[in-house]
Amino acid sequence: MEVFLQTLVAGILKGGLYGLIGIGMTLIMGVMGIINLAHGQLMMIAMYITYSLFQFLGIDPYVSLLISMPALFLLGMAIQKYTLNPLLEVESILPENQVLMTVGIGMVLTEIIRFAFGSDYKSVQTSYSTSTFFIGEISFSLALTVAFFIAVVFTILMFWFLLKTDMGRCIRATAQDKDAALLMGVNSKRITIITFGLGSALVAAAGSLLIPIYYLFPDIGGPFTRKAFVITILGGLGSTVGAILGGLTLGLAESFGATYIGMAFDDMIGLIIFILVLLFIPGGFKRLTKI
Amino acid sequence: MKKYLPLILLILLIIFPLIGRDDYHRHLMILVLMWVVIGTGWNIIAGCTGQVSFGASAFFGVGAYTAGLFSFKLGLSPWWGLAVSGLVCMALAFPFGWISFRLRGPYFALVTLALGEILRHIATVWESLTGGMVGILIVQTYVSKVPYYYMVLALAILSVVGVKVIMGTKWGYYFLSIREDQDAAESLGINTQFYKMLSLNISAFITGMVGALYMVYMGFIDPKVVFSLHDISIMAILVGIVGGVGTIYGPVVGAFIMVGLQEFFRTGFFGLFKWLGAVTDAQAVKVAAKYVSEAHVLGFGILVVLVILYLPNGIVGDWGKIIGAFIPRRKKEVQR
Repeated sequence: MEVFLQTLVAGILKGGLYGLIGIGMTLIMGVMGIINLAHGQLMMIAMYITYSLFQFLGIDPYVSLLISMPALFLLGMAIQKYTLNPLLEVESILPENQVLMTVGIGMVLTEIIRFAFGSDYKSVQTSYSTSTFFIGEISFSLALTVAFFIAVVFTILMFWFLLKTDMGRCIRATAQDKDAALLMGVNSKRITIITFGLGSALVAAAGSLLIPIYYLFPDIGGPFTRKAFVITILGGLGSTVGAILGGLTLGLAESFGATYIGMAFDDMIGLIIFILVLLFIPGGFKRLTKI
Repeated sequence: MKKYLPLILLILLIIFPLIGRDDYHRHLMILVLMWVVIGTGWNIIAGCTGQVSFGASAFFGVGAYTAGLFSFKLGLSPWWGLAVSGLVCMALAFPFGWISFRLRGPYFALVTLALGEILRHIATVWESLTGGMVGILIVQTYVSKVPYYYMVLALAILSVVGVKVIMGTKWGYYFLSIREDQDAAESLGINTQFYKMLSLNISAFITGMVGALYMVYMGFIDPKVVFSLHDISIMAILVGIVGGVGTIYGPVVGAFIMVGLQEFFRTGFFGLFKWLGAVTDAQAVKVAAKYVSEAHVLGFGILVVLVILYLPNGIVGDWGKIIGAFIPRRKKEVQR
């Protein structure tokens, strides 16, 4: 029973962070209708920013959120403005050019980091990296718990932004119907740029929050991109609530899989869930919750 | 002239082992021809039928493991594996396509990506069957590279000519109609599910064959090599889009360019940097040479970005555009 509860707690804490990754991806997917296969690589960039800030300037990873998020916001906007938006005007046979483009961008980002930092594993050792506290018999990793709560705060802020502000409404309008939004006076090109920036900033937050408990190397982006699309498909395309549920599900599944099946199956579980979801609930949780 | 270009290339390829006598160049040509086949396999499902696939590695790996396991587990010659690998891959492609062709566009691309990754994990974890990360090592049949060269050349010719023939028949037009507008094709009475399956199976068949050929040629495989997302699936896409999506000779051009480029970076611009370092004896050049030899993925990434932005239909598809950029068109001026 203790093992079960422990696994449950670990899964939920991890799931909160996954939710943050998933929301960024689902926003981009909803507004632009493309799958951003450079999502994990953007997170990797944020992780390296946090790492360098800690290593060279001694800035705490949680404080560096204030730097990594705006930096990735700008990077995301630049990517959308200079590489993805021009593709809309390019005549081509394959409609999936934008997806292929994100793959190319991901490769470039990974290799630039490899040049700058080398391929070896790095980690950030903060004073609280390994500290835990207990509630009853169940141990909580301090860093992971803090990360979970910060992730929840960001998620709530994101909801507030999407539901209550003008910009948020514009984003949702563009996601629902691009042409109609354009006719209502929404500058949809600007919206796509801002959305990509926001998505990148959210995944940057997840990256910075993961740093104290995780290690990093240039190729870490790939597995997280895979996690991100599994979460998004699980949640339903473009659904923010779905992304949170998807993140939690993936976190729990990975955690239970690691405990009861074996650590080696960690990555595979996500992919198998992905296939199962496509087979049995093709719309994801969006179809079940109707949000 | 243009009409005879494929024929001239073919003759050059056939007499190549007489010209390129050292094993290094023969090895490179074998790699190029393998990529011609993989690129053609990608092109028929993605370029001609419009279902972008990130799953070339899945079929390549299954083909390679089929040949490997024939020798490793059954004790038969791996050449039997080569004979059945295409069919094994079709046996995989059939249920996979049946399940995943209900998805469209980017979502289909994601499923194929997941397929490749799942198979890589299975090959890694199922140690009792595949040997896990240790991989499979077999003894090569021939010491010389010439027999392998002609085999892969035959396969390349077969696949390119096969695709050319198919694209000229009714099947090919059905494929194109699915790529252009699936709903319209469906409403005209084309069984889109069937023709997408057909296209996927052709692609799987030739990719699997070349995977098995890779096994018997290299003599060693492990999950990281043959199920690699970057080195197989994405490279296949690169070969396709650099050469020309949906064109028949595109993958041929793409394979020459991509393998050439890979080798170009790997050898540090064909030894240019090494030579410069030796001549000038400058530390900076030596450091640069080290970086350049590691930069091929970066080069590929930049190439993808540039090709998609400026040559979306690849070198063969946008040939007129490339020529036009260098040679001003005289005909039009005369007409004015």
